[in-house]
Amino acid sequence: MIRIVKRRNPSQAWAWATPILAVLLTMIVGGFMFAALGKDPFEAIRLIFWDPLFSEQFASYSRPQLLVKAGPLILIAIGLSIGFRAGIWNIGAEGQYIMGAICGAAVGLALYPSEARWLVFPLMVLFGGIGGILWAMIPALLKTKFNTNEILVSLLLVYVAEQFLAKMAFGALRNPDGQGFPGSRNLAQWSSSSNPELIAGTGAHWGVVAAIIAVLVAFILMTRHRVGFDIKLMGVAPRAAAFSGVNPNRMVVLCLAISGGLAGLAGLFEVTGPSGQITDSFNQGYGFTAIIVAFLGRLNPIGILLAGLLMGLTFIGGELAQLMIGLPASAIQAFQGMLLFFLLALNLMSDYRIEFGQKEAA
Amino acid sequence: MDLSAINPVLLIAALMVAATPILLAAIGELVVEKAGVLNLGVEGMMITGAIAGLAISVETGSPLIGFLCAAIGGALLSLIFAVLVLYFLSNQVATGLALTLFGLGLSSMMGQGYQGVKPPLTEKMNLLGLGDLPVVGPILFGHDWIVYLSITLVIGVWAFLKFTRAGLILRSVGENAEAAHALGYKVNLIRMGAIAFGGACAGVGGAYISMVRVPQWVDGMTAGAGWIALALVVFGAWRAGRVMVGAYLFGGITVLQLNLQAAGVAIPVEYLSMSPYLITILVLVLISAGRARALGAPAALGQTFHASR
Repeated sequence: MIRIVKRRNPSQAWAWATPILAVLLTMIVGGFMFAALGKDPFEAIRLIFWDPLFSEQFASYSRPQLLVKAGPLILIAIGLSIGFRAGIWNIGAEGQYIMGAICGAAVGLALYPSEARWLVFPLMVLFGGIGGILWAMIPALLKTKFNTNEILVSLLLVYVAEQFLAKMAFGALRNPDGQGFPGSRNLAQWSSSSNPELIAGTGAHWGVVAAIIAVLVAFILMTRHRVGFDIKLMGVAPRAAAFSGVNPNRMVVLCLAISGGLAGLAGLFEVTGPSGQITDSFNQGYGFTAIIVAFLGRLNPIGILLAGLLMGLTFIGGELAQLMIGLPASAIQAFQGMLLFFLLALNLMSDYRIEFGQKEAA
Repeated sequence: MDLSAINPVLLIAALMVAATPILLAAIGELVVEKAGVLNLGVEGMMITGAIAGLAISVETGSPLIGFLCAAIGGALLSLIFAVLVLYFLSNQVATGLALTLFGLGLSSMMGQGYQGVKPPLTEKMNLLGLGDLPVVGPILFGHDWIVYLSITLVIGVWAFLKFTRAGLILRSVGENAEAAHALGYKVNLIRMGAIAFGGACAGVGGAYISMVRVPQWVDGMTAGAGWIALALVVFGAWRAGRVMVGAYLFGGITVLQLNLQAAGVAIPVEYLSMSPYLITILVLVLISAGRARALGAPAALGQTFHASR
């Protein structure tokens, strides 16, 4: 008889092993899925995980893309993970990402065609963050004032933000010199607002720098600071947190502000860099994929850094596999979802012990 | 702008059609939550049902088989969630999200060959031959069978939870799983059944979107319907009748804003398209401004149950 018994303390070894094991299991099951689609599973897995970094043919293009994709994922996931630790579920990062981008871009475009890069770009970054924070404050205030479920509100606001984005791309932010085409001026090509590659050939733009800073700050916050301790305490034992003087409402506001602000920044860096324009579909679902990144990194800043790189790799590898063997982009999406399943299932191993033996009388 | 083109009778008939997908999904989720499980994967199960129903009905030519397979597809997907949450003791919120993300990818993968393909027609019925009556005909007697199925399910779930012993056991599992376990009820099996029922309902609801409402396959076509269904359960205070009122209210708003778009009201299309989501949020705020417990949320909702505790 197999029984599971709760461990007194979570196993550190399993905590590190589960993400790796989950990736391996996903590769195996994903391989079967690719085979079912009529693709060679070994070639598909190699194209996704190996070729973007190491093949002579593709690596020169793909390698810089890794940081381009991983940057926003890490930036958003760091913010989400802090909330998830406290049991505050912001799953509307996609909406905050969009609103940050719109807000920052609007401020920049208002100053067009100023040459003062020292003013325009920092101002846009600032308002990118503010846009994300304000959008996240809607679920935060509704939660604290009316006890409304933040999961549903933050998610529903994604659809509102998407509609607003369409309105802006076809309306107020449309390029006046664009012959009526939808989409804003190209922010990546205007010298005052562009978010260029900082070191040639690495793909590192300001968003990647921000992501690295976020990882470091989050690490210090969560391991060395009182606030990080309170956040973790609130997630594990809300009542104990309340007795020790943690104000749950302030925590809700704080966690949503952090995650919203970082998502907004990610959106701004994307719209001034890789995407370049506000269009009705510039957002690529980073806000949702970042949820997977946060869990794959076990809500730990360093883990999230690695998880973001890996998830970024599946994006560029997926594009490569799409190009080379016609693997549908949606297969990668399903693959990423599957990874989260395996991860959640294997989490059991760090909190519980499996025992084989006779069943006792209960 | 010509508001006189909006016919109130057709509006009410159309709102019932618009409400049916979310009503089906919400009544399924109601049973799941009554058993103490929060499944945030409704959107994923709906969209999987949408493509399963459409694909199978196109291949077989039978809408009935399509809806049946949509139910099976939704239920199968929900069983992944059930196994993870019940036996691997994973976090319900995270697992539900995973189900949604996976379902969206899976459906889009399965739907590759079905872009723009028309499903076979699900015929409108003429119940008791009264469908031609003025006013009440189209509203009460002229719908397809799924609309009647959804109403039957609401009544069935209400009666099941209120009057049957099995319904009482299911509710006890949702209120206090430890106590139900101590009384000898199989908590995990009961929850598994409830989750599968919720999955089947969400699957049929999704299929109704792809086979009747639109009707064709578009990537991500459920567009948040699953999340609105989740909101409806809260709005309905975990009661079947109120969930139905909520669904029809929401259907009314959807149809009305579509009619306003068609009539060319001076409000931009994008803002009208936002309105169902904004109104859902508004309703959530109004309903949750009271005390959560008094609303009737099952006490053990969202908590992991492990028999060893």
